Amino acid sequence: MSILVVDNLSKQYSKNVHALKQLSFSLEQGESLGIVGESGSGKSTLAKILIGLETYQDGGITFQGSPIAPKKRAPLRAYRKNVQMIFQDAASALNPKLPIWKSLLEQLKNYKEFTPSFIDVEGLSDKDIARELLGLVGLDSSLADRYPGELSGGQKQRVSIARAISLEPSLLICDEPTASLDVTVQVQILTLLKKLQQQLNITILFISHDMRAVTFLCERIIVLKEGSMVDQFELGKLYEHERNPYTKALLNAASLD
Amino acid sequence: MKTAVIRTSLSLGNVNLVLGLLLAVFIMVVTLIGGALVPHDPFLVDMGNRLQDSSATHWLGTDQLGRDILARIVYGAKLTIGLGTFAIVVAILIGVPVGLISGYIGGKVDAILMRIVDGILSFPDFILAIAIAGILGPNLTNLLIAIVLVRWIVYARVVRGLVLTEKQKEYVLVSQTANSSSLKTIRMHILPQVIPDIIVMAAIDVGKVILLVSSFSYIGLGAQPPIPEWGAMLNDGRSYFQVKPLLMVYPGIAIMLTVLCFNLLGDGLKSQFDIRRGRGRI
Repeated sequence: MSILVVDNLSKQYSKNVHALKQLSFSLEQGESLGIVGESGSGKSTLAKILIGLETYQDGGITFQGSPIAPKKRAPLRAYRKNVQMIFQDAASALNPKLPIWKSLLEQLKNYKEFTPSFIDVEGLSDKDIARELLGLVGLDSSLADRYPGELSGGQKQRVSIARAISLEPSLLICDEPTASLDVTVQVQILTLLKKLQQQLNITILFISHDMRAVTFLCERIIVLKEGSMVDQFELGKLYEHERNPYTKALLNAASLD
Repeated sequence: MKTAVIRTSLSLGNVNLVLGLLLAVFIMVVTLIGGALVPHDPFLVDMGNRLQDSSATHWLGTDQLGRDILARIVYGAKLTIGLGTFAIVVAILIGVPVGLISGYIGGKVDAILMRIVDGILSFPDFILAIAIAGILGPNLTNLLIAIVLVRWIVYARVVRGLVLTEKQKEYVLVSQTANSSSLKTIRMHILPQVIPDIIVMAAIDVGKVILLVSSFSYIGLGAQPPIPEWGAMLNDGRSYFQVKPLLMVYPGIAIMLTVLCFNLLGDGLKSQFDIRRGRGRI
């Protein structure tokens, strides 16, 4: 069953700036879909629309069978519990004035009725829950009391991931989560995402300009150019058809071809 | 860790902050203890003892009506510093929420609020204060209203600008995707970034307001006799300047020291916050 269906989505910033042009795709439960494109292809706009931070002019988005309503409070609240996002810049995704454990718990605090299945919260203090979350993403629980300024880029991105999955979302949107990290750390973060996806059965929408990162994590890939889908393929069937020249260029850039 | 950061940067020579604090302590000691050691009524007229020099009973002498100058300076300190602080606190209480709302919500709300601010901003504040004192009558309350009216917009503007930058930060976006209410996002992520700047501005502003209150009292639009406001005391002493210049020197020194104190505190706090911000902690 499709968990997310995007149908003819269009977004215009001003008269001549079309960020997205009639974009349609669907996402199956448990899969990881990659969206690749260079800067300005509309990737981040798509992510922001899907998370409810941006509006769109035309088309529709259906999540788990019902259309999303970004203007209504109650459905939006339910939607945000199920759809979480990891942002590009790990350094700026954590408030420098808050200790890690406080940042980590912001999501859970807003959904007090929800308890994550992967932590036995019985009798645990807030800080203990934060420590458990840190453990889940392979960080030492002693980091809970630190401040973001005292963590490395990779550690910060792990904290962001822990925060995003604390609500056990069905869909995790990753907007270039590895772009600001060096290569070895990139691999660690991607491996972590893969592990968590299997462990918690999360669907992942992975947005990146980096074909290598996308092919590491995703089975199905959509290529976006200037707001339109120019190509889509399954990784295993990459060579079955003649690919779009733009896809070829991206593959060449990643030296995968 | 936190105290260590403060201590190292203090010993590294945040001269402004240290001097400002010392001066603040000095002013507090004089105000609190000075008045208690030499208890005189600052309003008590004693024509037999007018224009006395310093003595054991009247440490700074007496003025043209035989009132104890020290008692008047001390009373004036409470009045002037109290007024300055009060005016700025009120200006902050109005300006900061307006700036937060304007910057965070944006759109039409922002446009309307900022046009109001622009309107008030287009008057030179001294002229506006004179106009208000002229319309409502010259006394301290009206002067206070005038000061608040011209000062809150500065806070609204500055805070709005800061919020516009903060709003772009990804942790604010994360907070929104966490379904935090606007109030919670502002309180948790935006206000803490804004507070240091407000404190620095406020410290310098209190000094400015003290000068403003004194200037207005000096030209007769603020405190009225017999209230021992420092500016008013300067004005009182003017006619006796040839006979007894100290009548104007004492309140003058008081104004200067107090304004200097707040300016030093403001500058000192500014570099203090900057140092800590540089370490990624504040």
